[in-house]
Amino acid sequence: MSKTATKPAGEVGLERQLDFLRAMLEIRHFEDECHRLFAAGVVRGSTHLGQGQEAVSVGACGALREGDTMTCTYRGHAATLAMGAPLDRTFGEILGKAEGLCGGKGGSMHLTDVSRGAMGSFAIVGGHLPIACGFGLAAQHRGTEEVSLCFFGDGSTNIGAFHEALNLASIWKLPVVFVCENNLYGEYSPLASTTPVERLADRADAFAMAKERIDGNDVLLVHATIAAAAARARAGEGPTLVEALTYRHKGHSRSDPAAYRPEGELEQWLERDPIPRLEQALLGAGAEQERLDAVRAEAEQAVLDALERAKGWPDPALESRLEHVYA
Amino acid sequence: MSEVTYKQAITQALADELEADEDVLLLGEDIGAAGGVFKATEGLWERFGGQRVRDTPISEQAIVGAAIGASIRGLKPVAEIMFGDFAATCFDGIVNELPKYRYMTGGQVTLPVTIRMTVGAGGGFGAQHSQAVENWFLSIPGLKLVVPATPADAYGLLRAAIRDPDPVLYFEHKGLYNLKGELSGDGAPLALGSADVARAGEDVTVVATQAMRHRALAAADALADEGISVEVIDPRTLVPLDLNAIRASVDRTNRLVVVQEAAFAGTWGASLIAKVVQDGFESLDAPPRLVAAEDTPIPYAEALEDAWLPSVDDIAAAVRATAAF
Repeated sequence: MSKTATKPAGEVGLERQLDFLRAMLEIRHFEDECHRLFAAGVVRGSTHLGQGQEAVSVGACGALREGDTMTCTYRGHAATLAMGAPLDRTFGEILGKAEGLCGGKGGSMHLTDVSRGAMGSFAIVGGHLPIACGFGLAAQHRGTEEVSLCFFGDGSTNIGAFHEALNLASIWKLPVVFVCENNLYGEYSPLASTTPVERLADRADAFAMAKERIDGNDVLLVHATIAAAAARARAGEGPTLVEALTYRHKGHSRSDPAAYRPEGELEQWLERDPIPRLEQALLGAGAEQERLDAVRAEAEQAVLDALERAKGWPDPALESRLEHVYA
Repeated sequence: MSEVTYKQAITQALADELEADEDVLLLGEDIGAAGGVFKATEGLWERFGGQRVRDTPISEQAIVGAAIGASIRGLKPVAEIMFGDFAATCFDGIVNELPKYRYMTGGQVTLPVTIRMTVGAGGGFGAQHSQAVENWFLSIPGLKLVVPATPADAYGLLRAAIRDPDPVLYFEHKGLYNLKGELSGDGAPLALGSADVARAGEDVTVVATQAMRHRALAAADALADEGISVEVIDPRTLVPLDLNAIRASVDRTNRLVVVQEAAFAGTWGASLIAKVVQDGFESLDAPPRLVAAEDTPIPYAEALEDAWLPSVDDIAAAVRATAAF
């Protein structure tokens, strides 16, 4: 797929790979439960699910260190969970509960857990890329080695903020790793109908920025690529644009059945589902099937337990709507 | 303390905050080596260096976004938007990210960002470099709006804005940059949300900001000769607005005129009148009047621009009519 496809997985041992598997499975189950909750009308507004893209979130966030930051889009459940946000409080936020990550004032599109470096999910396409530069600017100003990881979709590469942010990051050599999750569709529109370049990573050339184009469904490759980009950023060598090729198994949002997909496309991508791929790799590396089965069962149970807890939490106090407008 | 200009007061406030707090940094187009297109940051780059007084690309979205991110990590960025009209190019950052971020996250972040921008007609800059854009931001809870009219206020309110834990938009009126005045003796920051009674009076309350404050004072001088005593109140900040000071004045004069350098619809003046009428209708002896600019973009030619702006005569006529009602 790319020149980096043969990159070695690095120092990720078997136990760590099992952690990645667990995280991806938890996210998959979490998203499946969200899908049910929305379909049942239990949850308000809209939601944007990320089944199929778990390897990008888990591999990239897994390459960060304490003190690093992550920003993502309204399709941000996976990235927020991958930073370590608790399953129950994340469900709680989507259910609009007082114990939710944001006290029920953010919802599905604004999941944030600053205590874990998950600095926010942003619902204006491209709006957070300049903010990710600001996290990098603070690190540079203070002389820390903190890295700002920024996820966005393929559609974001056509909005002005993308170009302003990458230009600024490059000219100032900010420690930012830009990760474009190319899932082939900007909302309902296939990439080729909106975007004149097929290789989105090549947009880095316009900013004299380092670039990588990788298989985003290979969690170990994602991890190794982001680890290398983060190391460059920490060393003062500036930002990187990483294009991670992946696919969302569901439509854009709750109201989208994804009828615009060519026949057979989903099936092709299901064969490249990142979770079975990692399981196969683990088996090949000597992990036992029983261990994988246990991880799978534990992940599913953890999600179900978290959802039950979150459902039982009280609604926010009405007075809370007046709080947090100003400091 | 000696007299300084409004512009020098701004430069001094920036220098004093840069000196006082390592976390303060300035971002903007040509603010560094060039000292700013209006020279409001002159000398700061030489004194504090290019890491703290940062020249940026012409990228307003990047400027505002970088300020937002840096503020969340504990810095106190002061971003400059060269002309307020250019805020339209980074509207998302100013209205969707900056003021909603704290709320949407349930208070997980604070955003001590100051955004300076120049506003104001009267200089022949044409329609895209002249608008008083503070009204664009009135309906966005989470922002504070500062509109200084004197050197002392420019200094004290800018220091307060930079120290404030919330996002503050700080509007500098280009027509006032060379206005001279004394700074207060102690140089302390002023409180945001405290109106200034620029002139005490008995018959009519006139509320005005920035250039219009000075025109209102000139009108009050002229009207004094006619036996009309005008109280001029400058709110100094539109958010928070010192409604108590305005109400207390109107409770005495029972007459209100508001003057603004903007057309009528969707403005702080229209909102203020609505609030006073709704809450204190019985205290009014005359319909409140809003002296506003005309409903057009700002024209270029001097005679046209002068005609567009509310004049001293326009203000005096409105006050006379209100007093005589």
